[in-house]
Order: sequence, then structure tokens, then C-alpha cells
Amino acid sequence: MNLHEILKQDLRYDEAVNACMNCGICTSVCPAAEFSDYDPRILINIVQNEDDEKIEELLKSDYIWLCGQCMSCKTRCPRGNVPGLLINVLRRYSQELGYFTESRRGRQQYNLHKVLNSNILNQGYCIVPESVTPELHPEQGPVWEWIFKNKDEFYDRMGANLHKEGAGVLRKIEDKDLQELKNIFKETGADFLQEKIEEFSQKKAEDLGYDTDSEDGMQQYFLDVFKGKI
Amino acid sequence: MNTLYKVSKDYHKEIAENNFYYARSCIRQNFFPGSEVTFLKILRDNLGKTIYDDPHHTTCTGIGYHSDVVPYDTIQTVVARHFALMTAQGITNFVASCVTSFGMYIEITETWKHYPQQLEKIREFLKKATGREFEIPKNIAHTSDIIYNNRMMIAGQMKYPLVNVKTGEKLKIVDHIGCHYAKMFPEKGEGGAEFTQVLQGMIKAWGGQTVDYPERRHCCGFGFRQYLVQANRGYSVSNSKKKFESMQPYEPEAILTNCPGCAMFLDRWQYVMFEMQGVKYGKDQSFIPVFTYEELAGLVLGYDPWDLGLQMHQIDVRPFLDKIGIKYDNDKMYKTKTGKTIGSYTPKQCK
Repeated sequence: MNLHEILKQDLRYDEAVNACMNCGICTSVCPAAEFSDYDPRILINIVQNEDDEKIEELLKSDYIWLCGQCMSCKTRCPRGNVPGLLINVLRRYSQELGYFTESRRGRQQYNLHKVLNSNILNQGYCIVPESVTPELHPEQGPVWEWIFKNKDEFYDRMGANLHKEGAGVLRKIEDKDLQELKNIFKETGADFLQEKIEEFSQKKAEDLGYDTDSEDGMQQYFLDVFKGKI
Repeated sequence: MNTLYKVSKDYHKEIAENNFYYARSCIRQNFFPGSEVTFLKILRDNLGKTIYDDPHHTTCTGIGYHSDVVPYDTIQTVVARHFALMTAQGITNFVASCVTSFGMYIEITETWKHYPQQLEKIREFLKKATGREFEIPKNIAHTSDIIYNNRMMIAGQMKYPLVNVKTGEKLKIVDHIGCHYAKMFPEKGEGGAEFTQVLQGMIKAWGGQTVDYPERRHCCGFGFRQYLVQANRGYSVSNSKKKFESMQPYEPEAILTNCPGCAMFLDRWQYVMFEMQGVKYGKDQSFIPVFTYEELAGLVLGYDPWDLGLQMHQIDVRPFLDKIGIKYDNDKMYKTKTGKTIGSYTPKQCK
């Protein structure tokens, strides 16, 4: 099957692409276009022209990973095109087809998968205090170092229920609720996507000379990708 | 008819009055726990509303979805589970604490309207995965909508209006609206995407003045993967810098936000910009304190600043408290519930 036909299988494609006339208003308001080489007008034009060679280039490039998903393009397009939504479709297939590891920014999906899916499935949150370490988040400043160091007492002071049973802020999510999340991930294709990210990341790490048989090797790959070294 | 009036009138949304199911925010629970605690307290104690806080609610996975590691079918089914939890309580009004979640709840219910077969598919996924069934909420609101809708009742109980107690002048407060509040579905945001009223309405009702600065609508720069991955954070700080430079000529005395990430980034990136380049964007080389709408509501209602969690800000809020005449105990910033001191840090001074 052609790549553009594969993209059209995702129902979001229909909502995202509506005869773009290349006016460029999406680019004029796009935060990513302002601070990088990203251009949503060009992106949507490549896709609507159904040129599979160029679509494959997109799926293997940094380009599709530059969007910040603010969806400002949705508000302003006079024809209801949504480049930000098309980005979701392109990123989906870049991962499913294994193209994402061909670009530096694409490889970062390994970081995002490891952190977010682990937090979601093991704790029931996208973010937990323990995952925001001051070492990897210097921008959080001294106030976060103070909170991080004293989190049990501090969150208690704030009226939170950190890692405890019952309702409230940052409560412990019960095992039966986590199991429901895991069941949903299995039924709806999230497990399949995770396996693809793991599989292709392992292969790329191996190609780049990391010892993928050891946990340390993949951890080093994680850190080098996270910090933009590879 | 002027444009502002016309747009505001076109985008006046329906906001439920009472009996809510509360959906918490991942980012706010981590960085603004006091705001979530205060939201419930204001609703129950000041406004006399009923709201259900469910221990079985989980993340909506929205950050994972917009980082492209959670598929669309998956987040739809997780959201369907949230609606099932609401349905099980006999509630029909859903209120989300997070703007990313709010955007997802709207996007998903709109998808189901346009693609009924997708709704049936998700019902089957949910039933198979959890045994649960659900009704779509009659009303979906963001927590800032609820505070906005009750702003005049809060004004009626106000102890500290947004007025400089020394000069008598209305405080100049700029707002920043989270992108996913109204940019995807303008008709779902009070005032739409161009002239959003949800925060300006609060500022005006509580005695302050607002400024429609040119980049008011620009993203704070969170960008999901553009912040979460360390190598990409230049995107995030650059976009916040653009906003600060746009608001700087108007000399705002505070920034009010309705989005979890925005409130954190507009606070933290001021610290980073100062550390990197020695710049500040407030009047007379000061920092600009950043507030959530619950924090601002709590302050005008007379809540203790440290119960609201204002000690979690990197930018010192005390000069703002001084302006509106709020008394505070400096030592209490660093104390536990039982009065024990838990270390200290030095917030960035506003002057």
C-alpha cells in the first residue's frame, strides 16, 4: 500500500487536510516555525500532493518532530486544515513503520515512551514528583530542589495525599484501577506502539554501538538521546 | 458593534451551575497542589456547590497523547472510563482541572459526534477492558469556567480587591490562556480563541485592570516533547521569552493563567532568563509574579498565601501581596502542618 493511503486510514487525516490553498497563515502564527525550520504550510502541501517519496522523507526526518501541538494552526486556517493534527498522524506511522529512529528528534520517542508510559501504567499519572529530578530539570530552580528534597512533608503541608490511599492530590492509584489502564492499553493498540518503539530503538542503539544486552547500555542510549548527543 | 463585543457574544459557552464530577490534572497535582485543594474549598465553602472527588480517576494520558506515545484509540478509551466513573456516581456535569485534558475531552466528544462508529468502537473497547459503560457528560467545563461563572459571588465575599492599597490604582494584570482551552474549539471557550474572557472577567470582577498585549494569544512554549526532552527546551523558553517581551511595555504587575503548564513555565522561565541573560520583564527591572485563578481567587477571598501554595513559585509573590495589603508570616512559608521548619530556599525577588 502507498504511504499516503496508509495515512488516510487514520480518521484524523480527514479532519486535518481540507484542500490547503497555501495561504501560510498557519506558518505566521506557528511557534515552531518562529524558532526552527518547521513550516506547517509546506508540511500540509507535501502530504496533500500525495508524493510518497517526499512523505517517506518526512517520516524519517526531524521535521515532523518540531511541532509543539499548541494547535494555533487550527484556530486560524480559513479552510479548517489542522497541520498539528496531521502531525499526530505522521508521527504515528513514523513509529509504527520504524522510521522515527532515522532522525535525532525522532529517536526521542524512546525517552517519552520510557518516562510517560511508565508513569501512566505504574502510577496512574503522566508526571509524578519523583520523575522530575533536579539533575535533569535545572530550570525548575532552587524552589523545586527544596520541594523535591522535602516532598513527603511538603505535599502533606499542601493538603495533598501523596502516595496514600483515598482521594486527593497525588493519591496512590489503586492496583485495580491501574489494571484497568493496562487492559485498555492492551485492547486499543498502545502495547503494540510501545513494542514498536522498544524494538526499533533497540535496533538503532545496537547500530550505534551501544551494548543493548545490558540495562546500562540502553540507559546510556536514553541519556544520550535525551541530552541531544545522538 | 465592536469586534470584541461581537466575538465575545458569539462564543458565550454554557457552563453548568452545580453537581460536578472533578477530573484532576497531572501537572497541577505536582506543581500546584494548593490550587486543586483550593478549588474544592472555594466551591464547597464559598460557593456552596457539590463536587465529587473520585479516588478512581486517573490521568487522561493527554501528555502521552500529545507526545505521540499514546494512540488516539487508547486515550479515547481512558476518557470513556472517566465518563463511566462519572456515570456511576449519577453525575452529568464534568469539570476538568487541566487544559490539556479539557481539550482532549472536547476533541474526543466532538470526534464521537462526527464519527458515531468510533463511539461504538470505544464503547466496545471499554466494555472489554473494564466491563464499564458510560454516558457522555451533558456539560464539560474547565475549572476556570466554574470560577469565571461565579466571579461575582466571589467578588461579593472579597476581602482584598486587586487594587494598590497605597495608590488606590487598579492593579494591571495580564492573562495567558492555555492553548487547548479554546484554540481547537473556540466555541467551547468563554469569548473564543481571539478575545477569551474567562480570566479577564475574573480580573475585572475583582477590581483589577487588564491589557490585551499583542502576543497574549501566543503559546507559552510547553510543546509537550519540546519541554519534556532536555535537548528541546530552547523551544519552550524562546516562546515564553517572546511573550514576556510583548507584555513588558505594558508593565504588568502579575500574570494570570488557566493552564497547568503555562503557570509553571511562565514562572520558571523568568528565573532561567535571569540566570542566562540577567533580564527581567516587569516594571523597573522586576520579576512578574504568576498566579493560577484559584490562587488569585483565594487571595482576594482572604485565604492564607502559604495555604494556597504560593511558596511553590520560583518568582517571589510577596511584593504583590504587599500591594493589595495582605499580611503574611514569612516563617510560615517553610513550615509543615505541625509547625516544623522544613528547610528553606530563597525565592527570586520581584525587585
